[in-house]
Amino acid sequence: MAKRIDVSDLDIYYGDFLAVQDVTVSIEPRSITALIGPSGCGKSTFLRSLNRMHEVIPGARVEGKVVMDGVDLYGVDTDPVAVRRQIGMVFQRPNPFPTMSIYDNVVAGVRLNGKRVKKADLDALAERSLRGANLWDEVKDRLDRPGAGLSGGQQQRLCIARAIAVEPDVLLMDEPCSALDPISTLAIEDLMTELKERFTIVIVTHNMQQAARVSEHTGFFNLSGVGQPGRLIEFNPTEKIFSNPDEKATEDYISGRFG
Amino acid sequence: MTATSAPAQPPTRRPVRSLGDRLFAGSATGAGILILLLLAGVAAFLVVQSVPAVTAPADSIPGGEGIVAYVWPLVFGTLLAAVIALLVATPLAIGIALFTTYYAPRRVAQPLGYLVDLLAAIPSVVYGFWGIAWLAPHLVPSYRWLDEHAGWLPFFAGPASATGRTMLTAGLVLAIMILPIISAISREVFSQVPSLHREAALALGATRWEMIRMAVLPYGRSGVIGGAMLGLGRALGETLAVALVLSVTSGLVTVNLISSSNPATIAANIALNFPEATGIGVNALIASGLALFVITFAVNLLARAVVNRRAEFSE
Repeated sequence: MAKRIDVSDLDIYYGDFLAVQDVTVSIEPRSITALIGPSGCGKSTFLRSLNRMHEVIPGARVEGKVVMDGVDLYGVDTDPVAVRRQIGMVFQRPNPFPTMSIYDNVVAGVRLNGKRVKKADLDALAERSLRGANLWDEVKDRLDRPGAGLSGGQQQRLCIARAIAVEPDVLLMDEPCSALDPISTLAIEDLMTELKERFTIVIVTHNMQQAARVSEHTGFFNLSGVGQPGRLIEFNPTEKIFSNPDEKATEDYISGRFG
Repeated sequence: MTATSAPAQPPTRRPVRSLGDRLFAGSATGAGILILLLLAGVAAFLVVQSVPAVTAPADSIPGGEGIVAYVWPLVFGTLLAAVIALLVATPLAIGIALFTTYYAPRRVAQPLGYLVDLLAAIPSVVYGFWGIAWLAPHLVPSYRWLDEHAGWLPFFAGPASATGRTMLTAGLVLAIMILPIISAISREVFSQVPSLHREAALALGATRWEMIRMAVLPYGRSGVIGGAMLGLGRALGETLAVALVLSVTSGLVTVNLISSSNPATIAANIALNFPEATGIGVNALIASGLALFVITFAVNLLARAVVNRRAEFSE
């Protein structure tokens, strides 16, 4: 059940420091939206504000609105825990729980909130999620082995399986391939293209070819100088961004003439 | 004693090394060997001095029934007091550590951490006085209540002590004494849980408690066990506080925790009886010391085994 996210006038703070300023953007369902930009421009910060992971850092807060299908995610009676169940996240470094087996990692999210699930249902879900993450064939014979024993690319797909096992509406990916080799990267990119049938996907990437390959829409973040807040400079269909961007700064960045 | 590091391994190749380098390597190796020598020396002393007590006729040992009958109640008392202390202190210490690392606002957490650490700075004789002069009398009503309402349990069979100088009081005093070490180590490992793991749990929609259960406790598990074992080591060997608090009947073995007849602990018994011991009596005390040495050693081995058991599931 992919959902649409509307962000309006979002300011993101670390304590008193304004990290990202005045972002207004609509993220389409059943598509991949890529966020690109130089390091420190606030694209990861923005991504983490979409599922309220930003506020996990002490002193971090946001002002403005993030609305998913009519529900204000930062409304006073919105539970951040519920938001994170609907909006899953995959991190830059693969982070399977080191003390859990592959199986337990996949179903970890489903076992939360005191829910009792039948073993047979859990088994089916684990298989479905691992198949969904293109990992089933590689691990089906060793589901009871530690998740941390897999290769980096397998671990990242395990994390994707864990994220999609809870059936979120949106999947956020924070540079999911930056710690992986090209073959694992390709596997994850193929996977993203499959997953966008079911989820709204937002991906932060430093790899512009990756953004061009997988995404329908691309947002370019930039900052005007050190200590200045990052801004969303341009948001357009990916083809337009990479062929004929509206902004000079975007063109400079994607063509490598950054500065 | 809990963390004897492995001695330096000889390098496979021998490159030319500077004088300073060799001096340092030599002194480090020397320090490692010194530890082993000390340990072996203490063990040898205990064994050699214990032999006369083991070979002596039974009626010459204090109590008149041989060395085993003399040492066994002491071993039992030592283990009982230490286990009570551990059972009380460990959950409390984990709670304090979790509170200070994940629940309390920073301006509360830091002073609380210092306060708990300060508990470690109180000398054990002060704990002993506090236990005998304040805690024991104040526990008497609870012991009466336990005797009346839970007397069917062997632990609370009574009759309740009128002074409060019971095994349970001694265990509680020990629990407070080992609380700082367990909570300090737990706090340290809990605060070192990588944010990667914590965020993995939170991003799945875990509440704070679920995040702690999924990411923090499994990660900190071996550290907590290590801290608990350090605490247990201190509880086993604690002398003065127990000697002051516990009202002892020699040769007794009982799980009754609230009466005024209790088995002594090894360390307290040695402290109380050594000044007047002569001849074979000294050897009997040393034999009990050997028993304590063996117990502590076994506890450490056990702790190591527990920590290593699921090592492949942790980083």
